[in-house]
Amino acid sequence: MSDLTKKVHFKIYRYNPDVDQAPYMKDYHIDVPADRDIMLLNALFLIKNEDDGFGYRRSCAEGVCGSDGMNINGRNGLACITPLSSLKEPIVVRPLPGFPVIRDLVVDMDQFYKQYEKIKPYLQNSNPAPAQERLQSPKARLKLDGLYECILCACCSSSCPSFWWNPEKFIGPAGLLQAYRFLADSRDDHTEERLAELQDPFSVFRCRGIMNCVDVCPKGLNPTRAIGKIRSLLLQEAL
Amino acid sequence: MSLPTYEFDAVIIGAGGAGMRAALALAQSGYKTALVSKVFPTRSHTVSAQGGITCAVGNTHEDDWRWHMYDTVKGSDYIGDQASIEYMCKTGPECVYELEHMGLPFSRLDNGKIYQRPFGGQSKNFGGEQAARTCAAADRTGHALLHTLYQQNLQAKTHVFSEWYAIDLVKASDDSGFAGVMVMSIETGELAFMSARAIIFATGGAGRIFQSTTNAHINTGDGVGMIARAGLVLQDMEMWQFHPTGIAGAGCLVTEGCRGEGGYLINKDGERFMERYAPHAKDLASRDVVARAMALEMRAGNGFAPNGIDHVKLKLDHLGADIIKSRLPGIRELSMTFAGVDPIYEPIPVVPTCHYMMGGIPTNVHGQVITKDTNNQDKIVDGLYAAGECACVSVHGANRLGGNSLLDLVVFGRASGLHVQEQLNSYLPRKNASEADLEAAMSRHQRWMTDKNGEHVSDIRAEMQKIMQSDFGVFRTGEFMEEGVEKLKTLVERMKHATIDDHSKVFNTSLVEAMEAENLLVTAMATAVSALHRTESRGAHSREDFPKRDDENWLVHSTYQQENHVMGTREVNRAPKFIEPFEPKERVY
Repeated sequence: MSDLTKKVHFKIYRYNPDVDQAPYMKDYHIDVPADRDIMLLNALFLIKNEDDGFGYRRSCAEGVCGSDGMNINGRNGLACITPLSSLKEPIVVRPLPGFPVIRDLVVDMDQFYKQYEKIKPYLQNSNPAPAQERLQSPKARLKLDGLYECILCACCSSSCPSFWWNPEKFIGPAGLLQAYRFLADSRDDHTEERLAELQDPFSVFRCRGIMNCVDVCPKGLNPTRAIGKIRSLLLQEAL
Repeated sequence: MSLPTYEFDAVIIGAGGAGMRAALALAQSGYKTALVSKVFPTRSHTVSAQGGITCAVGNTHEDDWRWHMYDTVKGSDYIGDQASIEYMCKTGPECVYELEHMGLPFSRLDNGKIYQRPFGGQSKNFGGEQAARTCAAADRTGHALLHTLYQQNLQAKTHVFSEWYAIDLVKASDDSGFAGVMVMSIETGELAFMSARAIIFATGGAGRIFQSTTNAHINTGDGVGMIARAGLVLQDMEMWQFHPTGIAGAGCLVTEGCRGEGGYLINKDGERFMERYAPHAKDLASRDVVARAMALEMRAGNGFAPNGIDHVKLKLDHLGADIIKSRLPGIRELSMTFAGVDPIYEPIPVVPTCHYMMGGIPTNVHGQVITKDTNNQDKIVDGLYAAGECACVSVHGANRLGGNSLLDLVVFGRASGLHVQEQLNSYLPRKNASEADLEAAMSRHQRWMTDKNGEHVSDIRAEMQKIMQSDFGVFRTGEFMEEGVEKLKTLVERMKHATIDDHSKVFNTSLVEAMEAENLLVTAMATAVSALHRTESRGAHSREDFPKRDDENWLVHSTYQQENHVMGTREVNRAPKFIEPFEPKERVY
């Protein structure tokens, strides 16, 4: 490893309600290693070392905790698994759209979490649990793949115009993905109750199928498909 | 002073696996419980655990918790407390079934039971054939476990203080223990006093004391720091696990489950070198053994990049695309992102990487924190508990077995919650704090918020990480460690005068990072002094100047107290309840 560096140009959204009248974009020209790629999150550390008033969330730094969702060159993603080499300069970083900004890249995710809570994201089974595990065939378990892996980073819901317009009424892609995760679980027997709570015109049906959620999901999950399956179940119920 | 006060029966600090399992145990009790976490609960580091949770449910072959116990005692290099290990291995199946009932999406065997895979250091029948004892949800078991526990806490309506930072314990004014904890809302910057009859530490590890670690940025030893500043004892702080397979350069964890599924390590000649170091268990020898073997291979010039970021490689391509995609999908994703390598076709570059703190806050099997009285005897600190990685109960001793950390979390998180409930039923009075006690607990916050124009915290943190990496890594020697301790002492002095530029209140991450850095430095210092003190090699602690295990003098826990860096010892528990204790033997894999 050599100490060769190159300058990279960033434009970062800044807003500290304690001191700033209004948000602004701030330019940074940062020295990053020239002989190897780094992730955007590493570059944000370098920026913070120069400017310790700059704030963002981070935890695992490997794409599983979901802390560092942000808008990167116009597209939602996780900073920790976005290589700098994949980004055109100037690299423009903003907070996740559609959420109130607390400070800099830190957004208030209360509304997002509330929608998640609304779908009762926990297994419900009215039969008493057996002494050992509940059995589930590998085939039945396979139905949970592509659903349970969600990390609640909010990249999807924050890229969804329906969620921007109706954040109180539309569950949003992340919440609906989890709604389907429990509908699809052979161990959960509250299907009817779950569907009954989703039947209004907003919770599910505000989805217009534009698939922004699928496009940005850093885990490669497909909320639109899950929403489609919920719609089919709702239709079957209605018949 | 107009300091907001919240009154709770119990306060849990940390919302990873241990904290959330404890909260769940308390949720039905009717006692007012708060779960305080510096990050939203599902961002806690438990989320990164991959391979699984070990326990003898016997789904793939006949199994026995006693065999699991034997492996764990041996893995600990005989300084794990046998009563604790027995409790964990015996209670394990019940705890894992509970998780399944809560909805954890375990992978399944054809008969519908929980899938189990082989992990390092596992045997049947007290040291016989390789066992397959680790229950898994693909290679995302920690994620599945953490989300399941969070979901259960939502259902139980646990009172979560998300993005609140615990600053310090508040002493009781009558000196009888602790009255609560000083906390700060990260979002608003407001301080508050949480008065509590019981406090459970579930603050996790501190791998960020090293330069290269699999640990999240939030693993900063906050519990260790608070306990040390409160004048209580820390235990076995020299014992740090270096996981054999961190991705070279990036540090991300690659689960031992890869080797459990049939992967193996190769050197630059393509040789499966573990056959030479552990002829019986090979790549599934205990982590300390494999990490040392890798370090020796690289030292002998058998690494792939002796002049760069040297590494060996983990070969998986012979497993076939199906196994990799179904059982190791997360590893494939990490490997492609961080090493640019698809393991279906190419081996993954790996190096031993700091992974886990075996030491921590000493507790008994109920999670009650233990310290020493003036006569150097064990003393329970009433109302104070610890569980999970921050605790040293001690089930891992000098080396943890893979899959035992998730088990530790749920078993002792639950045990602490249950015991707190019992104690709240019988006694545990609410204690008062004086103005002076409250001020003492907020003092470090006040200093960071007022002092100006000092050295930057980030420089001190970087130097600490460099010292720990070079002087307290896989191999240690007295000479370098002595220098390391002296250098750390100067950092401790410099930290007292370090400052941050940002003194604003709203979501001040620099302030949180500064307080975290103080805790890291306390942890690093405890590690360094303890490592220098233990003049033998045992488990993960390998000294080149004392290469042998020395049972005559060192079959003990080491203890550390921050004031004057006082070292001492505690007896290892060798009194399990239901079976005869396992006697120390030479440890061969």
